Amino acid sequence: MENAKSKREDVCPGKKPANRMDRATVERQLKETKGPEYWRSLEELAGSPEFQDMLHREFPKGASEWLDSVSRRGFLQLMGASLAMAGMTGCTKLPLQEIVPYVRQPEQVIPGVAMYYATAFTLSGYANPLLVESHLGRPTKIEGNNLHPASLGGTDIFAQASILGMYDPDRSQAITHLGDVEPWAEFVKEIKGPLAVQKALAGAGIRILTQTISSPTLKDQMQAFLAMYPKAKWHVYEPVNRDNTLEGAKLAFGEALETQYRLENAAVIVSLDADFLYAGFPGNVRYIRDFAKKRNPDAEMSRMYVVESNPSSTGAKADHRLPVRASEVEGFARAIASAVGVNVGGAPSSGEHTKFVESVVEDLQKHEGESVIIAGDHQPPAVHALAHAMNVALGNVGKTVVYTDPVDSNPVNQVESLRDLVSDMRTGQVDLLVIMGGNPVYDAPADLGFRDCLKNSKISLRIYHGLYENETAELCHWSVNEAHYLEAWSDGRAYDGTVSVVQPLIAPLYAGKSAHEMLSALVSVPDATGYEIVRGHWQKQHAGPEFEAWWRKTLNDGFIEGSAYPPKSVSLKLQSLPVAAAVGANSLEVNLRRDPSVYDGQFANNGWLQELPKPMSKLTWDNAVLIGPKMADREGIKTMDVVTLELGGRKITGPVWIQAGHPDHSVTVHLGYGRRKAGRAGTGAGFDAYVLRTTNALWFATGGKLTKTGDHYQLASTQGYQTMDTGDGETRPLVRAATLEEYRKEPKFAKEGEPPAALTLYPGYDYKKSPDAWGMTIDLNACVGCNNCIIACQSENNIAVVGKEQVVKGRHMHWIRVDAYYQGDRDAPQAYFQPVPCMQCENAPCELVCPVGATVHSSEGLNDMVYNRCIGTRYCSNNCPYKVRRFNFLLFQDWETPQYKLMRNPDVSVRSRGVMEKCTYCVQRITEHRINAETAAVRENREFKIEDGSLQTACQQSCPADAIVFGNINDPNSRVAKLKAQDRNYGLLADLNTRPRTTYLAEIRNPNPELET
Amino acid sequence: MKRVPTYGIMAEFASAQDLVTAARHTHEAGYRKIDAFSPFPVEELADAIGFHKNNVPLVTLIGAIVGGLTGYLMQYWMAVVNYPVNVGGRPYHSWPSFIIITFELTILFGGISAVFGMLALNGLPMPYHPVFNVPRFALASKDRFFLIVFASDPKYDANGTRQFLESLHARSVSEVPG
Amino acid sequence: MPDHLDNVEVANQRAPVIEPGYTFGTITDKISSIVLTRPTSLGWVVGFGAGFLVTMMLLFALGYLFIKGTGIWGINIPIGWGFAIVNFVWWIGIGHAGTLISAILLLLRQSWRNSINRFAEAMTLFAVACAGIFPLVHTGRPWLAYWMFPYPNTMNYWPQFRSPLLWDVFAVSTYFTISLLFWFIGLIPDLATLRDRADNKYARMSYGLLAMGWRGSARHWARYESAYLLLAGLATPLVLSVHTVVSFDFAVAIVPGWHTTIFPPYFVAGAIYSGFAMVLMLAIPIRKIYGLEDFITDRHLQNSAKVMLATGWIVAYGYGIEAFTGWYGGNRYDQALLWNRLHGPYAGLYWMLLICNIFIPQLLWFRKMRTNPVWLFMISGVILVGMWLERFVIIVLSLSRDFLTSSWGMYYPTRWDWMTYFGTIGMFLTAMFLFVRILPMISIFEMRTLLPEAEVKPE
Repeated sequence: MENAKSKREDVCPGKKPANRMDRATVERQLKETKGPEYWRSLEELAGSPEFQDMLHREFPKGASEWLDSVSRRGFLQLMGASLAMAGMTGCTKLPLQEIVPYVRQPEQVIPGVAMYYATAFTLSGYANPLLVESHLGRPTKIEGNNLHPASLGGTDIFAQASILGMYDPDRSQAITHLGDVEPWAEFVKEIKGPLAVQKALAGAGIRILTQTISSPTLKDQMQAFLAMYPKAKWHVYEPVNRDNTLEGAKLAFGEALETQYRLENAAVIVSLDADFLYAGFPGNVRYIRDFAKKRNPDAEMSRMYVVESNPSSTGAKADHRLPVRASEVEGFARAIASAVGVNVGGAPSSGEHTKFVESVVEDLQKHEGESVIIAGDHQPPAVHALAHAMNVALGNVGKTVVYTDPVDSNPVNQVESLRDLVSDMRTGQVDLLVIMGGNPVYDAPADLGFRDCLKNSKISLRIYHGLYENETAELCHWSVNEAHYLEAWSDGRAYDGTVSVVQPLIAPLYAGKSAHEMLSALVSVPDATGYEIVRGHWQKQHAGPEFEAWWRKTLNDGFIEGSAYPPKSVSLKLQSLPVAAAVGANSLEVNLRRDPSVYDGQFANNGWLQELPKPMSKLTWDNAVLIGPKMADREGIKTMDVVTLELGGRKITGPVWIQAGHPDHSVTVHLGYGRRKAGRAGTGAGFDAYVLRTTNALWFATGGKLTKTGDHYQLASTQGYQTMDTGDGETRPLVRAATLEEYRKEPKFAKEGEPPAALTLYPGYDYKKSPDAWGMTIDLNACVGCNNCIIACQSENNIAVVGKEQVVKGRHMHWIRVDAYYQGDRDAPQAYFQPVPCMQCENAPCELVCPVGATVHSSEGLNDMVYNRCIGTRYCSNNCPYKVRRFNFLLFQDWETPQYKLMRNPDVSVRSRGVMEKCTYCVQRITEHRINAETAAVRENREFKIEDGSLQTACQQSCPADAIVFGNINDPNSRVAKLKAQDRNYGLLADLNTRPRTTYLAEIRNPNPELET
Repeated sequence: MKRVPTYGIMAEFASAQDLVTAARHTHEAGYRKIDAFSPFPVEELADAIGFHKNNVPLVTLIGAIVGGLTGYLMQYWMAVVNYPVNVGGRPYHSWPSFIIITFELTILFGGISAVFGMLALNGLPMPYHPVFNVPRFALASKDRFFLIVFASDPKYDANGTRQFLESLHARSVSEVPG
Repeated sequence: MPDHLDNVEVANQRAPVIEPGYTFGTITDKISSIVLTRPTSLGWVVGFGAGFLVTMMLLFALGYLFIKGTGIWGINIPIGWGFAIVNFVWWIGIGHAGTLISAILLLLRQSWRNSINRFAEAMTLFAVACAGIFPLVHTGRPWLAYWMFPYPNTMNYWPQFRSPLLWDVFAVSTYFTISLLFWFIGLIPDLATLRDRADNKYARMSYGLLAMGWRGSARHWARYESAYLLLAGLATPLVLSVHTVVSFDFAVAIVPGWHTTIFPPYFVAGAIYSGFAMVLMLAIPIRKIYGLEDFITDRHLQNSAKVMLATGWIVAYGYGIEAFTGWYGGNRYDQALLWNRLHGPYAGLYWMLLICNIFIPQLLWFRKMRTNPVWLFMISGVILVGMWLERFVIIVLSLSRDFLTSSWGMYYPTRWDWMTYFGTIGMFLTAMFLFVRILPMISIFEMRTLLPEAEVKPE
């Protein structure tokens, strides 16, 4: 309620204009009227716009009554007569228009039976195709669309976590004008005038600032708008933009092109500082799948070289990883390029790494047509151009690299675009500014001074349309609450150009408006619904009688068949590249990167993402100044020391995290933190690194200065110790790995320490009795540490967020975690990922010690946790060698916030204080499938069987790498049984004779023998 | 005037030694319904007054056996018969684990029956007892020793018995009103 | 016969268990007067008041615990057990000395025990009461702790008899019951004495009620003696079993540093070790304040000191064997644990416990130390601290670094941990103060048997 109150207050601060109605006045009017006329007056009253307005303020459509601190009782007394009004405020209606479920449409929604709808989540313009599970009209879980080429069932963390974003109680919940809540009608009325004025000027004073847009419909609308106001300008800006890629393509081919990779054909991969296996890189979900496929040591195994400026999950999977400063990557690119026959002038400089370069080149030339060079988004255009040139030279184009039209429907240099806008604002040419989405006040390059410019500018009408009342909304006259993608109709293009149609899963909780509706209001069609707009757009493309069927199929599949961009043939126009000015070897380089968890800051208020351990550092709730061990030793800096980082006269202060494998003379700082107005989770977390970001150095610059302040700051990391070495000089074989050669020589190398089956005096439990015995394998070779399983599990199993203090204490609740280990030289270590869910041990140590039998074994081999029986002795956790049990030390679950009640998975009980919990192999899914299988068996009167692969755990379902396989080990033909039969299969800590049902497939690396030392 | 029936005749002695000797003589003299009181346990005394059958050990033994059986059978029934469930792959009948509680219950039942058996056999609690009517008897819990011949004894006769006791160098002899 | 032994010892010029010149009467008067006639001293009021306040602090800490949950403590994953279980083991251990003195020494005819067994047993009761608090409140949902007892319920579901925690429930409750009975029947004859000597009517009535009409009949004494002996006989294996079962909490688990076969004997020895330390810490001030040097003589202090020396060496042997098997066993996890004890983040505490439990107590080899109450008092204090540290090292240190390096952690106690711990000490002292005020702290009738006059020559 505290939150609610404060929230309420900052939505409508005290003063109200005289014409405005409030309960007092309404009650007075009602008192004055008596008898039959009472009702009439009430109806009139109810009809009056002021009342509507008041009604809306008191009872915003959908949900904000949850946050309303005024007494509901008084309100209902008043409303008693005309509850019809209240009727329109049901909170979880399906949208009015028909949307088509993914599976066979049942007669009506059956309670307890989930329905799946195809839709898509768009990040920086790239659509991620999804299936969303819906219970009685409430979206509860996000999964990948396995029909869609860009997903194949996988998702990334941002898509997974977006469902929490939709239920976020801190979202902007009303249209406000200078802080006063207004109805949509009022907004439409208010903008009529200014628009009319602009009409006369052909829109010369109108500026629209959007984020990257790939939606064909929106592009259409935008063009319509620009047609109506020819002199208006459309600016595009995102902090995490792809200007470099764009310019690189222009350099190489003279036109804006989208680069796609076909990693399933790539035998040799060279990454020039590209983290293409992590969320945020366009197409990463598909790339992970293809990459993982090629890492099978029993087939043709690919080899990957990574030259990178910052430890990333891609680097962790490399067979050869070379940590260098970002500014040195171009030298490498040139060296390799000239060696593979790309002549662009300039002296190639591979520094002391000639050997490395030689072997890379050799490998590349050996694999012409099946190699690929990938440049990172934050590398300068030159590097991209070189990568393109090399791919052309190596004949990879059309095989491992494909060029298409850009997915971005307005491919302009976004920094330049924003610069123009700012200068226009400065020179007072802007009268009407519409900011659609994004948060430029927070994330625009510091040297543009967007914030002050917006604050002081004479712009007479500033409109913000977005999900949150954020730093930018603060400085606009109007703030229109945007509808979340799960609430609105739209469309968008995936990285390969395939168009996904975005279906809403639920009516807008807070009556938000989609970008389409907003834009259509600007072209003065205020009442067009998103559905009409989107459907209308596609009807134009597919006129004709069969449209209905086509539309249904599209909605059903979630994408428009054959809408992917066709490959373009390209011709290299790259002549020569001016050599970049050499940088001092010891001049400190500062890298600014999008954050692995909160991206550019737009997910700052997402508790799941805030508490998601970053893949390499396992940090949560904060960003940090990452430095390499060498530098730390030299400067005498310890982890969690607070330092000030200076770059070009700009300063930030933050805690240090010593990151193994980070290059020397270089620091990395993640963007997206230090939000001032994000919400209860995001506000105040971390420090704002955008302060250092300037237009000429968006991603990295040298000449930084690092100084200790002497302060200390507590960071929250979820992993105690990031190596497998124990203090006594031993190394524990937790992650078991070998090179391809070693593996071929000694295929059973991973079996070490497995005890014989008959180790006990007593006969073991016979699991063959039951038709199913569940087991899981996790392929460490495939796992790229994308963290997706963690969020998927959190969403599926109603796992609580505990907050930073509790993480520091070591009480985070994730049922599956991804351990990251570093082995070898701290400056260039070998990194490993190991996802650890409950092992479901057959000889479970935890069960033996529970005094009340709250954790026992099922006939199918599950290590069941009976929450209701648990009294919380924590003995089970002490005795769990894998430490996968999680305890509710305090009341971690939020039982109050109603939005979360809607969000939770009804099939999983919500644990309260004092209860132990852990991974259950998604027992709710198992049960659901068993029931279905039994009904089917009875109906078709055949033997009961759960089809292998039909049943997937949440982590498995959303794993883009397909590293997690779950199934029935009693069935020798099941995929999991076959995997467990492999040589690489081993049980973690199997020497304890716990007989884990979850086993791992050992990791195999494929290093270049040339480089083996 | 109604005559108060006598409960018995009580003799007081200065030391345990005297009491034992006196008690032995009384018993030898054929008195059977007698009792002796001392401020601390005097081993010979029980023998002296001819008290031999002490059932406390038997009661304790039975209690202990019952406790042990209860312990094991309870666990067996609960874990094997009534609600068998697979715990960590261990057999339902995990007899080594059942031993401890069996042992504890053996001790518990044994101890309880020892104490309450003793009290019951002693007829305690008994807040009122005729011997307390003798004022001097308060010293029985301090440093004096007493011997009593009950009126119910066949050989009992008010004067004869009194003289007999006096002949045992009692410090004093007094009649205990019933 | 005890008396013989005593005579022999007196002949050997050894300090007697009771100074000469006492009669049945004077013993009775001296001990019972402390309860009956001695006026309540200011010191007692202050001490009791202080203990009471600390007990209130305990209740406050527990109240907050019930409201918020165990999260107010420093425990976490991996360290699921912290102060609560450390204190539990520590208190239970302290309790052991009482039963040992009253039961085992009785069976061994160590008549010198007669003057210290009464308050040693009281100490046992109170210590076990303090210990009993922790297993209850350390659970996440204490209001459901009764689920650990096998009672018929609608779920038709029973406790899990393979769990050492459940063994604890039975062992500790049995231990408490037996100790209570033992203590109470030991009191009956003395209660009768107080009944017959109290002038205050209400005192007389309440002592009378408790004495249950005891009149010292020969038949009663006979049954009483056998019951007392049998109880001692039952309590002896019990007291050994209790700390054995407590040690099973750890020995049965697979955590490196817990999974050790040496635990049962070495836990029992440790228990007696700390128990005697506590006995001395109580006996030394009590005999001074109440002028009981004649009954609790230097002989008692010496013997207790010797017991501590002996048990201390058993404990030292336990440490040695633990380290040896850790190294010699060749088990990678045990080796890491050993290294961790000596060099890990908690190494300081480990070294401190070695100093407290092994090095400093060696002073007891010197007669001067054994007979000097002040030194004995301080050494006992050091041993109690050391034994507490031992439990901390066993529980927290072992949990902090087990199998997966990724899940290693640290434990930092919070102010609530400390409040709960000190709170139980306050509760213990409060109970002790009450006891010495209203009950005879030395067994009067057993003291009488120590006098030569008590002997009856066979004819």
